[in-house]
Amino acid sequence: MSPQPQAAVGAPLSRVEGRLKVTGKAPYAAEHDIKGVVHAVIVDASIGRGRITSIDTDDALAQPGVLKVIHHGNAPKLPYKDNPASNNPPDGRRLRVFQDDKVLFHGQPVAVVVATTLEAAQHGASLVKVAYDAQKPSTDLAKAKADKPTKYARGDAAAALRSAPVRIDATYQVARNHHNAMEPHATIARWSGNKLTVWDKTQWVVGTQTELSTVFGVPADSVRVISPYVGGAFGSGLRCWPHTVVAALAARVTRRPVKLVLKRRQQYFNTGFRPSYEYRLKLGSNSQGRLTAMAHEMDAETSSYETFTESVLFPGQMLYSTPNVSQAYRTVPLDVNTPIYMRGPGFATASFVIESAMDELAAKLGIDPIELRLRNEPSEDESKNLPFSTRRLRECYTTGARAFGWDQRRAKPRSRREGDWLIGMGMAAGVYDTARMPAQARILLNADGTAVVDAAASDMGPGTYTSQTQVAADALGLTMRSVTFRLGDSLFPPTPPHGGSMTMASVGSAVLDGCNQVRRQAIKLAVEDRESPLYGVEAEDVVVRGGRLHTKNNPVRGETYKSLLSRNKRSHLEAKGSYAGPAAKERHSFYAYNATFAEVAVDATLGLVRVRRMLGVYDAGRIISPKLAESQAIGGITGGIGTALLEHTVTDHRDGRIVNANLADYLVPVNADVLDIQAIYLDGEDREADPLGVKGLGEVVHVGVAPAIANAVFNATGRRVRQLPITAEALL
Amino acid sequence: MYPFEYTRVSDTKDALTAGRRGGRYIAGGTTLVDLMRETVERPETVVDISGLPLDEVTATERGGLRIGALVTMSAAAAHPKVRTLFPVVSQSLELSASAQLRNMATIGGNIMQRTRCTYFRDVTAACNKREPGSGCAAREGYNRSHAILGTSDACVATHPSDVAVAFAALEAEVHVLGADGQRRIPFADFLLRPGSTPNREQALRKGELITAVEIPALPRPLASGYLKVRDRQSYEFALTSAAVALHIRGGVIREAKVAAGGVGTVPWKLPAVEQHLVGERPSASLWAAAAAKAADGARPLAHNRFKTDLLKRTVERKLRIVGGTK
Repeated sequence: MSPQPQAAVGAPLSRVEGRLKVTGKAPYAAEHDIKGVVHAVIVDASIGRGRITSIDTDDALAQPGVLKVIHHGNAPKLPYKDNPASNNPPDGRRLRVFQDDKVLFHGQPVAVVVATTLEAAQHGASLVKVAYDAQKPSTDLAKAKADKPTKYARGDAAAALRSAPVRIDATYQVARNHHNAMEPHATIARWSGNKLTVWDKTQWVVGTQTELSTVFGVPADSVRVISPYVGGAFGSGLRCWPHTVVAALAARVTRRPVKLVLKRRQQYFNTGFRPSYEYRLKLGSNSQGRLTAMAHEMDAETSSYETFTESVLFPGQMLYSTPNVSQAYRTVPLDVNTPIYMRGPGFATASFVIESAMDELAAKLGIDPIELRLRNEPSEDESKNLPFSTRRLRECYTTGARAFGWDQRRAKPRSRREGDWLIGMGMAAGVYDTARMPAQARILLNADGTAVVDAAASDMGPGTYTSQTQVAADALGLTMRSVTFRLGDSLFPPTPPHGGSMTMASVGSAVLDGCNQVRRQAIKLAVEDRESPLYGVEAEDVVVRGGRLHTKNNPVRGETYKSLLSRNKRSHLEAKGSYAGPAAKERHSFYAYNATFAEVAVDATLGLVRVRRMLGVYDAGRIISPKLAESQAIGGITGGIGTALLEHTVTDHRDGRIVNANLADYLVPVNADVLDIQAIYLDGEDREADPLGVKGLGEVVHVGVAPAIANAVFNATGRRVRQLPITAEALL
Repeated sequence: MYPFEYTRVSDTKDALTAGRRGGRYIAGGTTLVDLMRETVERPETVVDISGLPLDEVTATERGGLRIGALVTMSAAAAHPKVRTLFPVVSQSLELSASAQLRNMATIGGNIMQRTRCTYFRDVTAACNKREPGSGCAAREGYNRSHAILGTSDACVATHPSDVAVAFAALEAEVHVLGADGQRRIPFADFLLRPGSTPNREQALRKGELITAVEIPALPRPLASGYLKVRDRQSYEFALTSAAVALHIRGGVIREAKVAAGGVGTVPWKLPAVEQHLVGERPSASLWAAAAAKAADGARPLAHNRFKTDLLKRTVERKLRIVGGTK
């Protein structure tokens, strides 16, 4: 942090853009008012694999208002150059829209209808007749052939398991989940000559910019991507998906600005998802519960054309002290579209399995689940032989146990009952890595004492607008109202993807750097200015508060930015802030942690699970914006309740069709499912992680929720459910 | 959505004329518009009947209730007479849909609503209900939410309504108006089992208009209630449900009205359960023995086997809640 007083950082402020959002004045992707815009609707493949044999567009084109039907038979060939600087999986070949007759998955875009009205485009799309040569798709994770595994090993897990006095060997299944943000994915695309402007729902304007530039073979600076507001994304906006290319292609072909909004149903196969897993875990321990071995074998779905992988291996390597670890992570190519990161990617899945198995071990040994975890707490990251920068998981356990009333938990399952309901408590540990990447920001301090801070960035909901304004306000010594933070434009200085909980650490550190530079410029100007009351003062003795520079010891001696800049005839001061990212060779292991607690009620005869209360205790470094951090915990836990009890994308393996591609059949929690959520963030900071001392929190709040609930269900009923979501049929 | 004509009528005569010409009646529109957007429904003419004077709840002379076809779900649920005389009706309505939908949707529309079977709602899938002769994708497909009772080779879709289960239990009648005048259809005959013609869902003749649902008088005191079992707490169709009404006098069950939802191709009246109860004294063992008959004849599918057991447990639970445990 800076030597400045911290007035805004750490204060429980409301969202700076909150009023715009609740009054409907914040424009989301589809809401930008673009003159002359026409509408595009995608026609989805109705087979799971095969070839298109013919496309009949006559009826569609005969409809009033329909301008064009574009498909592989008439679409221009696109360069689709490689794009390594993206979230496209490095292995594979991305889906190329309308470039050939192949159908790789059910729902793949096979044509797009462009019309002057949305209604005409929708109707036209329903009239396009596509004939196929269909093959039976392979969509069943349990039946398909896996790729060669990615492996990790330390020690000899197999031998240690053979000699372990206590063993757990269990296979867990995690359902495919879709992000299902409120805002649908949408794109408006407009070409002016060879320049493309796109208003898009994205978590990374820079990534969408590079993707469109490589797909269309135009220079990156010919593509501008604008995305000021995102109505939730949870990871679905981390890639530029085919529909965005379709919109830009349609705009190019029709020479009109084109708006394309995916229907809810289309989100399920035009954007990615959290892949389903089959995950076998073996634990070996001594009779006191000290782990001697962990062996992980996991199969995860990916598409036939790209190999999607995520960070599912780390928790098994560093969460507990274990001398012998083996891991095999196999992707299974299926005739589906490519998965993508979803909140707590990899970690949330691994944590469900590891934390369930630890609970099984605790039950087998008759040791309290928290005590078992304490006995296996490592003193360093055993996968890297590095010290942890900060790891306060013990405090999370003890603080959480006290706040939640863990001592009220009965060790024996099925021993607490209230009428028809069995009551149980469970807990789990959560971990997520502290990612940081290079980022830049531009700071402009105006002569009127206001400032504008720009960074490409994104705010999908965690409160980037607010928290970056807090950092900038304190570093510049301005009030929140005097600082405007702008984001979501590829013309602004580049930033990494808005995901992986890295925005605060990365963009925030760049903002801090730039604001520190501007403040120092102003101080230098003052102390060297004979006419300034601060003339001759040591620069480090000057602080800025409320737009006024003064000496630390004598607040009366000073002047405002406004007077300083106007007297010196400076219209503004400016700086480019930057953050270089972590050192190439790190000296610490960086993770955020939590202990998550759940109390559930399970109807003893009807098998229904209700989450009565939840608590998360977080070791996430410095908390810049406590109110928004609490919102993140509420959202992360609510999503975890969904993963644990409700969410399951169902595929009909006969033809690869997703059968519940709507919000009536794909269930997410409603308010009535979310009764009581408490969040506690441990005070403190991580001085090694980044200049702000933050460790990231939007991901870790989701990790550990599902296993805490599953463990509570076990405590309530004595039933160990190893398949998510946990539904009534497993508990009858 | 296919283009369509929209007309608004202000008296029933005009409505019937438009209906006879093939117009589809629309009131709240909470189902029909959805299905039109999915191109499952492709009416050429939509006749807006929301202005017709069919929005009153009235007591019948003998102590029953007549609920106008255009009474909204929320108004019906909150009506003092419905609440006091037939809690099972209020509860079934309030456990349905969302507050916003209940404010729009009407009683007549509710009992006309079409199945939530996802294959029915996806025009690229085979569905005999939507397209006779095309087959049934659900029978061998994903069928967790589908019916175990009243199914046929042609169709296994559940009827989604909750209040229809209460109406079936109470043996309500549907009042309809057609070219030949008014007639009353017993609820048990109103909704049709699929058989080989799952596209035919109601015993309505072309152009007939539902004017009201009448719940007959039942002996008092009458305890009643509705239990809906579902994965999430709100805003979901039933996995199983039970509508129960019991007339207990002198410690003996004199009348029992029981029906189940979420399990049948139509709301599933349970006469065997009712017969087991009548003449008996309430007890935990009676509830269990009666409920044991709730799934008689069930033909479960690959993903809904649990419903057989869950249905019995649902009925038993609601019998206990409504009838007490003594």
